Amino acid sequence: MGDLAIRVHDLGKCYRIGHRRRYKSFGEALTATLCSPLKSARAHLSPVANSNGVHEHDDTLWAIKDVSFEVKCGEIIGIIGRNGSGKSTLLKILSRITAPTEGYAQIMGRVGSLLEVGTGFHGDLTGRENVYLNGAILGMKNAEIRRKFDEIVAFAETERFLDTPVKHYSSGMYLRLAFAVAAHLEPEILLVDEVLAVGDAAFQQKCLGKIGQVANEGRTVLFVSHNMGAMVQLCPRALLLSAGKIVLMDKTEAVVSSYLSESSPLIPDVSLDTSSNPNSPMVLTRCQIAAGNESPRSAISVASGFQVRLSVLARQEILGADICIRVSNMLGTPLFTANLSSSMKGLAKIKSGVHLFTVDVPGHFLAPDTYSLHVGIHRPNIELLDVHDAILTFTIEESGSAMWQYCGRDYGNILVDFLWSQEGEAVAPR
Amino acid sequence: MTSRAPGIHTTLIESIQGWEPLKLKDIWEYRELLFFLVWRDIKVSYARTALGVAWAVLKPVATMVMFSIVFGWLVKVPSDGVPYPIFVLTALLPWQLFARSMAGSSTALVANENLITKVYFPRLVMPFSAAVAGILDIAIASVVLLGMMWFYHIVPTTAVWTLPFFMMLAMMTALGVGLWLSALNLLYRDVGHASPFLTQLWMFATPIIYPSSLVSESLRVVYWLNPMVGVVEGFRWALLGTGGNPGLMLALPVFVALALLLSGLYFFRRLERTFADMV
Repeated sequence: MGDLAIRVHDLGKCYRIGHRRRYKSFGEALTATLCSPLKSARAHLSPVANSNGVHEHDDTLWAIKDVSFEVKCGEIIGIIGRNGSGKSTLLKILSRITAPTEGYAQIMGRVGSLLEVGTGFHGDLTGRENVYLNGAILGMKNAEIRRKFDEIVAFAETERFLDTPVKHYSSGMYLRLAFAVAAHLEPEILLVDEVLAVGDAAFQQKCLGKIGQVANEGRTVLFVSHNMGAMVQLCPRALLLSAGKIVLMDKTEAVVSSYLSESSPLIPDVSLDTSSNPNSPMVLTRCQIAAGNESPRSAISVASGFQVRLSVLARQEILGADICIRVSNMLGTPLFTANLSSSMKGLAKIKSGVHLFTVDVPGHFLAPDTYSLHVGIHRPNIELLDVHDAILTFTIEESGSAMWQYCGRDYGNILVDFLWSQEGEAVAPR
Repeated sequence: MTSRAPGIHTTLIESIQGWEPLKLKDIWEYRELLFFLVWRDIKVSYARTALGVAWAVLKPVATMVMFSIVFGWLVKVPSDGVPYPIFVLTALLPWQLFARSMAGSSTALVANENLITKVYFPRLVMPFSAAVAGILDIAIASVVLLGMMWFYHIVPTTAVWTLPFFMMLAMMTALGVGLWLSALNLLYRDVGHASPFLTQLWMFATPIIYPSSLVSESLRVVYWLNPMVGVVEGFRWALLGTGGNPGLMLALPVFVALALLLSGLYFFRRLERTFADMV
């Protein structure tokens, strides 16, 4: 139990960006490659500029840097981070696909890595042949594949098409077969990257179930995913990567909420130039979105709900005006509209001056997805005073909703919790 | 949790600078993958063909017919007293083994890019398997050669047992060059464009369409630096009894082939750790 499975010490990986392929000719490049031991020595002696006149240390990028952590045997660790935070690089180093620039990692046990499903599948080979080939590529022994073959095929539900070249498979069948092989990999340490982002909801659920099963068998798993719900469900602990460094390693719930509160690239606070609409008696000056009473942010946890804050300037006293917010999904379908008048029970008289309104939207209502917010000020059925389409975009992030295992938006945008009941007892079928 | 055997498999992942040991043992550990990749290459190369494995026979035979018409019949190239078709086919078999193995191994990395970025295994497995995949073809094609020899009433000399050695020599050369080219190909796709010319040039530098006796005595040492000269001469000597026992001359091609292979292996290993970043 106390045994370590993975020890990572000060791991760093540096990429040179825009450095390679700048040779003028093939011959020059060939010489440069052959002389690279000398070149690196020379670079140390004169680090100012290389032959291209470019400062050699400027065009480097540390994908990960100073990463240290330890994973105990049998632990399941989630790795969370935005795109480009170094998650994939970390997994690639640990699975020996690419070498680190500095530091080291020790891995105690057989490693299986699953950075993609269906690696090495060949369209011209049949399903059966691809199972063997893919198994071998993933590191399974021939005898092991033969033993598990029936199980793999049953899991993939492709028995009938075993002797059909996989290029004729539907994409769903292809993925099922590919995942089935991968799922029957039995290393002591499993590195999984985002493989669940494929297939339909039912299949994803099956995959998650399989990974959960692997986890229960006491294997060590490192799991990278953007699916926070799956993360919370599967991994007791997680580490958060940001710009190539470990920011936090803690219980997954804590890491997920820290991840969601990280500043988001979407702007949650928009100030407007009112001079663009000089004649309107009432204009929007500022719009914010936030979780509860916190500072504005665009990534909202599904559980917390959110608040829309509007600053409205009334240039004169107005009667019969209404303010509304509308939320639509990224397909442009409006999901709901909330009117000030509905809440105030009728159209109120609005005095001149700046007014602050807040609209509270409860948690567990909008499903995890990306949405846009629209604001309109109008006199119902008479005139539009100020309209802002898609004034800001925000995301609802999965943090353990009832539908967490169904990623994608096939089930709709609204989370519900309706009452189900059964009438009477089960009746024997006739 | 899991109970672990005391002899636990520990991997150390660290940054390596400079030249690395070859670790050929790794390839042995991954022999099953090697086998599957060879099998895949063979299987896929004949997938979607109507003639299938018949191509293994057709390719050398068609080339033989072509060369016999142009060089044997029109140009009247001498053939050391052996019928020209059989003279040229004896050389074409090892040559096509060499050419196919070299082409296969030099494109092995580029063709398997998706594997390089997604799965770990010793990268040497890829050029190795691609080089080995050509052996089946020569085995099949050699049936034609035997048939032709029977037709022309030519009995192989007693030195026929040396053939595997010459095949090894051809494979070593092909793999040596293939290792260099495959790693370079990943860096500069120019290699892919240039290698057909290399193959063509190499063919003319090898006594396939002409007998080596046409090469002047003063150039002989330089000529024999080409390992394929040794291979083709060896094949002709062992099967047809022409050209005489290459004897000590063989030291040259063997040395060059070994040098190519070893340097190729080290070069490949040196670039290996950057493959995933170069793709």
